[in-house]
Amino acid sequence: MERVRKWVQVVIGFLINSSWSFPFTKTIYQGPLKVICSPGLNCYSCPASTTYCPLGAIQQLLGGLRISLENGQYFFGFSIIGTIGVFGGLFGRMICGWACPFGFIQEILHKIPTRKFAIPRLLSYGKFFFLLVFVVILPLALIDEFGTGNPWFCKFVCPAGTLEAGLPMILLQPNLRHTIGLLFLNKFIIMVLILTWAVFASRPFCRTICPLGAFYALFSKVRLIKLHLNEAKCTNCKACHHVCPMGVKFNESPDDPECITCLACMNKACQFDAISLEIGGMPLSVPNKGLSPANKP
Amino acid sequence: MIQTSRSPHKKIPLRKGPFMVISAFLLLWLIGVATGEPARVLEQAVTVCLSCIGIG
Repeated sequence: MERVRKWVQVVIGFLINSSWSFPFTKTIYQGPLKVICSPGLNCYSCPASTTYCPLGAIQQLLGGLRISLENGQYFFGFSIIGTIGVFGGLFGRMICGWACPFGFIQEILHKIPTRKFAIPRLLSYGKFFFLLVFVVILPLALIDEFGTGNPWFCKFVCPAGTLEAGLPMILLQPNLRHTIGLLFLNKFIIMVLILTWAVFASRPFCRTICPLGAFYALFSKVRLIKLHLNEAKCTNCKACHHVCPMGVKFNESPDDPECITCLACMNKACQFDAISLEIGGMPLSVPNKGLSPANKP
Repeated sequence: MIQTSRSPHKKIPLRKGPFMVISAFLLLWLIGVATGEPARVLEQAVTVCLSCIGIG
């Protein structure tokens, strides 16, 4: 199942970044597919991107809200929130585990053999701060002389934007290189720090900073597809604790907001069939490839 | 590959919460579409936002 997940990550990554004419056009894809929302974090200024990033789009709309209201346009971002809300209601943070290109990049980096470190649980609340302050409050509240706000998260934090869009655009358009300043340096350092952290800890950006992950985490109890714990079968052996890339103690918190439904606990750890996938309350059984029948009780 | 494991005799109640949440957000999406937001989003998404990616 882990191999299936990797393939899904690769296929979705290519689907939302499927415009490969940029080496010739030297710019981003500008076709009609860009009206489609990317489920995961994927900068729409990435030259290959064929979808829009919900975080970037919502900040742009909120930053321009005053002007749009003055023009009689009610662009509150309902279509974007509606789209990611449907994704959240269906999959929750399963999107992070199966459909986010930046999550996939962090997983690849984490495979580099080094000593690994845990991430304190307290830091997981950081992403809710970034969602509320950098994505909603600051773009709405701090405006320039023209009445427009900035996309604060994209502009000052987002490492996915630097990696997928900033660096490629600088390589593609040499005339942009003279505009590089402190802003870019700040974002470049943040990107390097997060990518380095991803080598030593599992998915640090998803767990501590990602506002999209924070939004999807709000659906942990009400999403359609999620993992189910059969308490009658669970022996509290804690095997699920050791395999979770998000630091979830599944037997203690089956609806944990951090669970990305990667299925590692179900397929690699639980020998008692206590963990199953369910859709809307109906349990599914997935053939357990991670454990040999001999290991089963 | 994936099979349902429920017994034909035992009726498992469907969780209604996800369907209510999905319906609510679908309605929100429709309101956004009705106000013409997608055209504005497309207009933004086809433009390279230099300040967004830390340049300029």
